[in-house]
Amino acid sequence: MDTIFALATAQGRAGVAVIRISGPEAKSCAEQLCGSLPGARQAVVRILRDDVGETLDQALILVFDTPASFTGEDVVEFHLHGSIAIISAVLRELGKCNARMAEPGEFTRRALENNKMDLAQVEGLGDLIEAETEAQRQQALRTVSGELGQRIETWRSQLIRAAALIEVTIDFADEEVPVDVTPEVQSLLSAVEKDISNQLNGFSAAERIRTGFEVAIVGAPNAGKSTLLNALARRDAAITSEVAGTTRDIIEVRMDLGGLPVTLLDTAGLRDSGDEIEAEGIARAISRASAAQLRIFLAEPGEHLSVPVSKGDIVLAPKADQRNDDVPAISGLTGHGVDELVSSVTATLSERARNAGLLTHERHRAAMTKALSTLSSASALVGVGPEHYDIAAEEMRVAIRSLEAVVGRVDVENLLDEIFSSFCLGK
Amino acid sequence: MKHFDVVVIGGGHAGTEAAHVSARMGASTALVTMKVSGIGVMSCNPAIGGLGKGHLVREIDAMDGIMGRVADVSGIQFRLLNRRKGPAVQGPRTQSDRAVYQETMLKMMQTTQNLTIVEGEVVDLFMKGDVVSGVCLADGSEISAEAVILTTGTFLRGTIHIGDKSYSGGRMGDDASVPLADRIDGFGLPTGRLKTGTPPRLDSRTINWDGLDRQEADDDPSLFSFLSSTAPLRQISCGITHTNSRTHDIIRENLDRSAMYGGHIEGVGPRYCPSIEDKIVRFADKESHQVFLEPEGLNDHTIYPNGISTSLPAEIQVDYVQSMTGLEQAKILQPGYAIEYDYVDPRALNADLSVRDVPGLFLAGQINGTTGYEEAAAQGLVAGLNAVRRVKGVEPVHFRRDQSYIGVMIDDLTTRGVAEPYRMFTSRAEFRLSLRADNADQRLTEFGRDLGCVSDRRMSSYARKNEQLTSMRDLLSETEFTPKQIAAQGIRINQDGTKRTPFQVLAFPNVTFEQLAGLVPDILEFPQPIQEQVARDALYANYIARQQKDVERLRKDELLKIPVGFDYTAISGLSAELQSKLERVQPADLAQAARIDGMTPAALALVLGRIRFLEKMSA
Repeated sequence: MDTIFALATAQGRAGVAVIRISGPEAKSCAEQLCGSLPGARQAVVRILRDDVGETLDQALILVFDTPASFTGEDVVEFHLHGSIAIISAVLRELGKCNARMAEPGEFTRRALENNKMDLAQVEGLGDLIEAETEAQRQQALRTVSGELGQRIETWRSQLIRAAALIEVTIDFADEEVPVDVTPEVQSLLSAVEKDISNQLNGFSAAERIRTGFEVAIVGAPNAGKSTLLNALARRDAAITSEVAGTTRDIIEVRMDLGGLPVTLLDTAGLRDSGDEIEAEGIARAISRASAAQLRIFLAEPGEHLSVPVSKGDIVLAPKADQRNDDVPAISGLTGHGVDELVSSVTATLSERARNAGLLTHERHRAAMTKALSTLSSASALVGVGPEHYDIAAEEMRVAIRSLEAVVGRVDVENLLDEIFSSFCLGK
Repeated sequence: MKHFDVVVIGGGHAGTEAAHVSARMGASTALVTMKVSGIGVMSCNPAIGGLGKGHLVREIDAMDGIMGRVADVSGIQFRLLNRRKGPAVQGPRTQSDRAVYQETMLKMMQTTQNLTIVEGEVVDLFMKGDVVSGVCLADGSEISAEAVILTTGTFLRGTIHIGDKSYSGGRMGDDASVPLADRIDGFGLPTGRLKTGTPPRLDSRTINWDGLDRQEADDDPSLFSFLSSTAPLRQISCGITHTNSRTHDIIRENLDRSAMYGGHIEGVGPRYCPSIEDKIVRFADKESHQVFLEPEGLNDHTIYPNGISTSLPAEIQVDYVQSMTGLEQAKILQPGYAIEYDYVDPRALNADLSVRDVPGLFLAGQINGTTGYEEAAAQGLVAGLNAVRRVKGVEPVHFRRDQSYIGVMIDDLTTRGVAEPYRMFTSRAEFRLSLRADNADQRLTEFGRDLGCVSDRRMSSYARKNEQLTSMRDLLSETEFTPKQIAAQGIRINQDGTKRTPFQVLAFPNVTFEQLAGLVPDILEFPQPIQEQVARDALYANYIARQQKDVERLRKDELLKIPVGFDYTAISGLSAELQSKLERVQPADLAQAARIDGMTPAALALVLGRIRFLEKMSA
């Protein structure tokens, strides 16, 4: 196994830069630069020198012994002054040791290989590093902590128990084992089914937290949509003019609303248009706005627009600065009603975000959906009685394997372990 | 010096099957055994088959092996297990008349062409450089051979324990073969220690059978061999009694005198076949355990009490046996004992059961860490077949997991090794729904024919059956009918507008051939066994189609061969643990590597990357 090293912090100038070394030679490599090392998990300051004794930097040194480290291997960290020159000098010096530069993601891959993390945790780590808002941070941290892996472990052990009950009646039919295990198997299956379907219900919210909620501003031409977008974004993101149909492409603005990542969409004004380019813009507006998680309609009372209003959508009359009626209205120009709109959108999205489950990636959703469908068919087959236990067992095997795909893999020995620890066999 | 193509050492279940297939394929074969009278001995429970095991016997038979035929001739209590569950998990089993089994097996071996039985003790292997090229006998004679198959069961450093007494030996009354064990040591093969137990044997004339529950044979026996049509012996029933709190007290009070609990035994025993001591310690809250009283033969007073194997001292065995209902006066003919023995870690073997580092040597049976006659015989078949292929200088033949239980077992053994004596279970087979006992011939007879181990007689009987199956299936799949047409036959069906073939309709619950005959009248012409098998195929058709995808993925990975001598240490990023496992198993292809315990997708990707890299370098 090679020893690897790399800069663990961002490239460029900074107060502190961390270089991480991992592998069987991590300590001996580090010693070549800094002399003696401290004991594990003790911070010391050392002078780093090159092979002719020239000082490179004064650094804080941390040592982690295998297996209690990020990668599960021996790890040494140099906390350096964050100068580009120092970093490259230290990396160059490490290159002379019995070690090589890590490939991208190699530390994490070793953590995965050494069972320090499961696949979902690795995904969570990626999300955590990418996190821009508070909700994203919290969600990614939950995944990194291994909560999904733990939940899957629970479901898996329940399903292995259910499968073991079925298998024991099959493989040990002539021994003293329960003949009809249907009730216990069905209660195990339905508990897991319920949990998984709850998590699936929370998938879209979780995925939104990860990738961002889309909020579309919809209305007739010249209703003031682009002006509202600019007011919300507090900058001139979209071109505004008195000419109806100015906006044709969809303009996107990323925002942080109450910790949630939100993409605001400014769309072309909806009307029948003979202009080919505008018509295409309108078609895109309709499809994108319909797919968004929330829509802000700028519409006169009774006005019909070709995007349907869904539950939770916000409907306001445009150009509040130019009207005298008491219809709820908004004006991007004067800022009238903008704060209220922001709190209303934030409240609606926060409410939806509360449903977020542990499944955050499409890969998780696909695996869980498959597990759920095989579980319900297993449950139905078990209900028929022992006659179809063999087919039910096959469905459960597929379900367990789908769950495992999210974090690892299944093994027939697990099943036999469960069987042998629960039943007294051997007539 | 005498010369044979193949020499088989040992006349147990692995040895007989290995010698027979070798001779069947036309190789001159010698079977060397310490005692001719020991050929075909059932040293433990006189029964053949069961769940998973019955599947193995059917598969051996489909390849024209002998175990199934001998079991049919000697069977005295045929029962199809799991009769009320799906056909995929039904397994034939029978009690055997121990003496008839042995006589039949011996006669079969003695009358086999190309097969010579040699009585003598093999004390050493005869080497030509690193290659095994024969055997040395105790009388000083030598036999040279192209391939040697070692099937010595528990004879490797076997130690028998009864209470605190222990002595060296294989089965009761046999000597353990120590010099041969030294030779195996010399090869430096990894070995481990296992144990197994037997119950005391009882005299049936001293048992009070009145009032004991009985377990009867099936009225309509399910035989093992595709060639057998009747069970010639009278069918008997077994008695059932139970342990009670007094039995348990006696055992508990004497636990320290049990070889197993007194610390005399270090080997690992099977979890699915615990001793009575184990049952009472591990399942302390259970107040009673079943004991089956199985006659060992029609003209034999010996009773095998199944469920109370033990290594307690003989006098304690008398006490606890006599504490059970019906056994108050029972006389013990031979006390129960535990036996410890060495096995070779089967990960040192190739998938043809040849020893990876010792050319010319094959191992089969209990020596590879398995238990059970059927597991042994199946390995004998694989080793025998491949020994002949070695002699002929052709590629070894591998049994695949999606093709047979034999393939599942061989792969489990050579890829994952054993932690306890390995027994077949249906749950070990991920393709269980297609690997059924009833279609073993469909899966293996033609395969066996191509390998040259299936006789004309069997082949023609198989061909007749196969033709009928095919034409009946074709007939049922030819035409699609509307739900309305189908419902008109009295079949409950959703009126969803989907047209279906009668074959698809057959998978619905409670559909009869009489109903389907309304759509396809000719199907009633087919004999009942053919109809039944087609119905089983229909029942699982959807699931088998789905599993086919797994099979295809497996095949694809099997095509990714890992070169011999592949250097796992050259792969960076592979954990030390997986590296050493891969080194030990030396998987032949990526599919086998994937089945190694603890393997991860990331590690497989690394192995694949290295294979691709090497291919590019050599291209």
